Amino acid sequence: MVSNELLDNYLPVALLTVIGIAFVAIALFMSRMIRPSNKTKVKLSTYECAEIPVGDARIHFNIQYYMIVIVFLIFDVEVLFLYPWAVQFKNLGPIGFIEMVVFIEILIIGLAYAWRKEALEWTQ
Amino acid sequence: MIANAYELIVNILTAIGIYEPVYGFFQSFGLEYLLRIIIVVVEIVVLLVFVLLSVMFLSWLERKMFGWVQSRYGPMVTGPHGLFQPIADGIKLVGKEDIIPASADRWIFTLAPFIIFVPALLVFVPLPFGDTLILSDLRMGLIYIIAISALSPVSILLAGWASNNKYSLMGAMRAVAQDISYTIPLALAAIAVVLYVGSLSTVDIVRAQEGTWFGIIPRWFIFMQPLAFILFLIASIAEMGRIPFDFQESEQELVAGFFTEYSGMKFAMYFLGEYAHLFAVSGVVVTIFLGGWTGPVLSPIPVQITSLVYFIIKTYAVILFAMWLRDTVPRVRIDQLLNLGWKIMIPLALLNLLVTSFLLTARVI
Repeated sequence: MVSNELLDNYLPVALLTVIGIAFVAIALFMSRMIRPSNKTKVKLSTYECAEIPVGDARIHFNIQYYMIVIVFLIFDVEVLFLYPWAVQFKNLGPIGFIEMVVFIEILIIGLAYAWRKEALEWTQ
Repeated sequence: MIANAYELIVNILTAIGIYEPVYGFFQSFGLEYLLRIIIVVVEIVVLLVFVLLSVMFLSWLERKMFGWVQSRYGPMVTGPHGLFQPIADGIKLVGKEDIIPASADRWIFTLAPFIIFVPALLVFVPLPFGDTLILSDLRMGLIYIIAISALSPVSILLAGWASNNKYSLMGAMRAVAQDISYTIPLALAAIAVVLYVGSLSTVDIVRAQEGTWFGIIPRWFIFMQPLAFILFLIASIAEMGRIPFDFQESEQELVAGFFTEYSGMKFAMYFLGEYAHLFAVSGVVVTIFLGGWTGPVLSPIPVQITSLVYFIIKTYAVILFAMWLRDTVPRVRIDQLLNLGWKIMIPLALLNLLVTSFLLTARVI
């Protein structure tokens, strides 16, 4: 007898993943049965507004994307830390509030630093 | 106390006297758990049908509304007021040739539609459609929802990279920058609500919004947390990648963004995923800020039905708002978008969090 609250709760997640994947797979397969397949060299070339594609698309991207991701990583982890605090907020009382003020202050200082260092500027 | 749709189904089956003999039958093979799996699969199939019908209706509604705003009729030919247009579109897409460009990465190109569609469905698991009408009341439902929604940039980046098309890759990168920038205000705005509720379960969040002030104003979090609501709504629309934040597609400059190279059924999966996501995100906004399924109880009608109706009405109100925005607002520039996210919304969300926690600590509210 399998009886486990966690398993019961996440059973729909697991089954929905499987059914979702199966749904997409069946849809693609059905369309494969029906659709025409008439490939030509021009049809298989990359779309570039009816021009012959120039070079490779996998270019070096703007450094700003990288900066945004770095700042995001820091903030995302810190936001995740706020959740357990928010859940336990009413049990923690004033001490919890003060500790979190310190934490959020550090977050704000971090944001201000990134801002000042122009990590958030899109156009340099 | 019935917690989710599974227990509701079991209760109904027990009431008509079917459950015990069937359970006994499965027990004789030692496969009790299989019965649970079968019931959950039935729920999921119902959900899937509901989502697909909603997507079809939404795509019709979106085009129709776009038409009305521009003083045209929109689709009119297939069925009454073009209502069967989505079916015609679906049949057309099934029969379309599926083109994978010769220079594309075939495996990742095929994988990406799976990764966009499955998470769009997974968001529905902890979404309460009504009292007890929930697939599973996860204890960390809110974090689950935010985490699953954060999977969509992965799929977009895979699609953009695999296509080996300049427009696709540019659209994908913009989409990722935008999605991750707006995940933070989204999560921060939701924390302010968690402070009141003390739980991440979506059902607890809705239950905390039951009742009224002075018998008139419902105790929805939109009235206690108006700023958080506005931030959450803007961040949700940005996460969905809809106008005014639709850089991933921006058809005037990037053709169709990350799905430029997609055609046929794979394109249809993006389409399905996009509208399923629209419905799910609107449902989340309703659950957190607009009282979810709560509403006046009409006693002779079962609470499941009335609550489902309330939820659908509220969700469509949010969806219509998103569509209205798309029809009337121009697209912002990418630097304006990131400035809005990082320099206005995140500081405001942090400030809102500080003020809310201070007021709660001081027991003013």
